[in-house]
Amino acid sequence: MASALINVPKKANRGDVIEIKTLISHIMETGFRHSTTGVPIPRDIITSFVCTYNNEEIFRAVLYPAIAANPFFIFTTIATESGTIEFTWRGDNGFSATESASIIVE
Amino acid sequence: MSPNLKRTQWLAAAAVLLGIAAIAEISAYAEILLGERRSGYADLAPDTKAMQDDDTANPGMLWVQDGEALWNAKSGAANRACADCHDDARATMTGVAARYPAFDTKLGRPVDLEQRINLCRVERQQASAFAYESKELLSLSAFIGKQSRGEPIAPLADERLRPFLEAGREQFNRRQGQLNLSCGQCHDDNWGKRLAGSLIPQAHPTGYPLYRLEWQAVGSLQRRLRNCIVGMRAEPYEYGAPEYVSLELYLVWRARGLPIETPAVRP
Repeated sequence: MASALINVPKKANRGDVIEIKTLISHIMETGFRHSTTGVPIPRDIITSFVCTYNNEEIFRAVLYPAIAANPFFIFTTIATESGTIEFTWRGDNGFSATESASIIVE
Repeated sequence: MSPNLKRTQWLAAAAVLLGIAAIAEISAYAEILLGERRSGYADLAPDTKAMQDDDTANPGMLWVQDGEALWNAKSGAANRACADCHDDARATMTGVAARYPAFDTKLGRPVDLEQRINLCRVERQQASAFAYESKELLSLSAFIGKQSRGEPIAPLADERLRPFLEAGREQFNRRQGQLNLSCGQCHDDNWGKRLAGSLIPQAHPTGYPLYRLEWQAVGSLQRRLRNCIVGMRAEPYEYGAPEYVSLELYLVWRARGLPIETPAVRP
């Protein structure tokens, strides 16, 4: 169950700086730990996060093993036009999650 | 005469020490005044408070979201969802988490919210019980707990609970483990001071199940109690043991009136 929480303002004035928050559930297993029997626990992390605004990429992040579980991003962009903001997370073991939010710009 | 004098001095010193021990023993049973009680939230750093307060930044809400899906999912041989009996949790579950643990007539002892969920699963949904600390059980209890957010903790005035409450109080004040500590020595007598670098809280279970940054996950009150018990170098009880439930019962009574914060965030 990959669940995510997205916070994008529903409405904004053209030219406003808007804040976007995303939170996704993921264990972010580093790959450096061993189980109680000494077997290495394989790495299982999110490796990339991309945000697009009307199909144009506005934010990208590359994630590494030192990032805590349930990665949380806050970033800003300029509200240019009404449309859809899409979020994609990709990671180890074929992990992939997509969420979207719509925004009305007046 | 000097050996005798030494002996007298030694006896006097021993008497003083015994006196100190006696005072310490009495203060170990001094409960926090009602007006002085505070949730662990009050001692959080501003950024951790902000994380708890914003539902889109609080990682505990991920579990709440999963819990809502489970609430509405049909399960077990009875093919029934929680929602089929209890309808919309937003209306029917308000204040429920605030009054657990509650007495279960069939079992003849109190059960906490997690155990109540599992009783429902086994008896009404005819499904297998969720394991303690499983994602499913934490999610459902976080979702149900969230419906009581802001409600005051209101332990039931049920006479059948009294012996269990007293057992919990006794456990709280009993010294245990290799360090020979009682819960009360930290959380009644020395709250607000520091144990190594960490602030000692009053230990009010206002936000369980809660997201602990150290755990990087949501955990139950029993998991937290195990932490403390292991910290005292005592043997923790098995998950679901009646000892935990009576301790929870006492903690809830001790925190009566404080608002529920589920899902809280703690360092």
